[in-house]
Amino acid sequence: MSSPGSLAIEVTDLVTHYGPRMILDHVNFSARQGEIMVVMGGSGSGKSTLLRHLLGLHQPTSGAIKLLGKDITKMNADEMFDLRKNMGVAFQGGALFNSMTVGENVELPLREHTRLDDNTIRIMSRMKLEVVNLAGFEDLMPSELSGGMIKRAALARAIVMDPKLLFFDEPSAGLDPVASAELDELILTLRDAMNMTIVVVTHELESAFKIADSITVLDHGRILMSDKTAAVRASEHPRIRALLDRTPRDDSVDADEYMERLTREIN
Amino acid sequence: MNIETRDSPPFRVILLSGDVDLHSSPQARQSILDSLKTGKPLLVDLSGVSYMDSSGVASLVEGYQTARKQGLEFGLAAPAGPAMSVLKLARLDKVFPIHASLEERLARG
Repeated sequence: MSSPGSLAIEVTDLVTHYGPRMILDHVNFSARQGEIMVVMGGSGSGKSTLLRHLLGLHQPTSGAIKLLGKDITKMNADEMFDLRKNMGVAFQGGALFNSMTVGENVELPLREHTRLDDNTIRIMSRMKLEVVNLAGFEDLMPSELSGGMIKRAALARAIVMDPKLLFFDEPSAGLDPVASAELDELILTLRDAMNMTIVVVTHELESAFKIADSITVLDHGRILMSDKTAAVRASEHPRIRALLDRTPRDDSVDADEYMERLTREIN
Repeated sequence: MNIETRDSPPFRVILLSGDVDLHSSPQARQSILDSLKTGKPLLVDLSGVSYMDSSGVASLVEGYQTARKQGLEFGLAAPAGPAMSVLKLARLDKVFPIHASLEERLARG
């Protein structure tokens, strides 16, 4: 087990592309065990791409991604499978299996990764449904749940194995303010109770400032800042201020680059 | 994880120590369920547990429910640190009979 305060996530010089287009440009950041790190940025900033790389879903162009001390860019499938037992993910849309009940969805990681007794698996998944305030909902189908309930069910599934690392994509998106605030409280409770390292990707400022120990601000694939929450809040960087003060971006136009984009591969 | 069982009439006592996790909790579960088959009230001492995950707590839940069905006393002694955190997270600290120490419960007879 990682000792308290040791680095649970360490991203070094991460460069990624979709085709010829560079999405992440030499990204560096780290998160300590038990820390809540919020990755913030506007649409198209690269935050979802960063999350997908942290989950090992894509191979980067270059750079290293160390999770719990191991570089996942150098891992084979078996090693990644083992590491995933220590990782939980709650996707933006929940990503529950529609043909399975809520309970079966939450039990799934345990059935996939362990040989625990059936009774133990059922009790563990129901305990996590209790934690996310969905007690007694295990027999419902995902289609019978509200948006907030789907997110909480996805969170229950993400934490059912007591992961050391929890990744949460846009917990507040599509939720009313009360449901969103409840989810924030839940994230804080989980960290305090289980000393999880939690990475939350969001563009919701209020939520970010409420839960984050540290904030990483991404903009056009580059890290503008990665620091303690108070330091980010006090930043004078114009792009960060624009994000925090919700001012529309006023991008200057580089004529050469613009023309190149419009006319690339045209003779 | 290490498991030690002993009789301390009228109780059966299980002393768990070390890490009770996905790998070791099935043993703890079996020991708890086997002990309850003796028909004696059961105390599980957690003072030596350095880490307990949800699978360990689930084993305690199953044990407690089995004991209740048989009308047997079931208690936890000295849960601390991570074990207590997991119990509290699911509000199970309000469900289990919890004793400050094994000695404290045994002294009451």
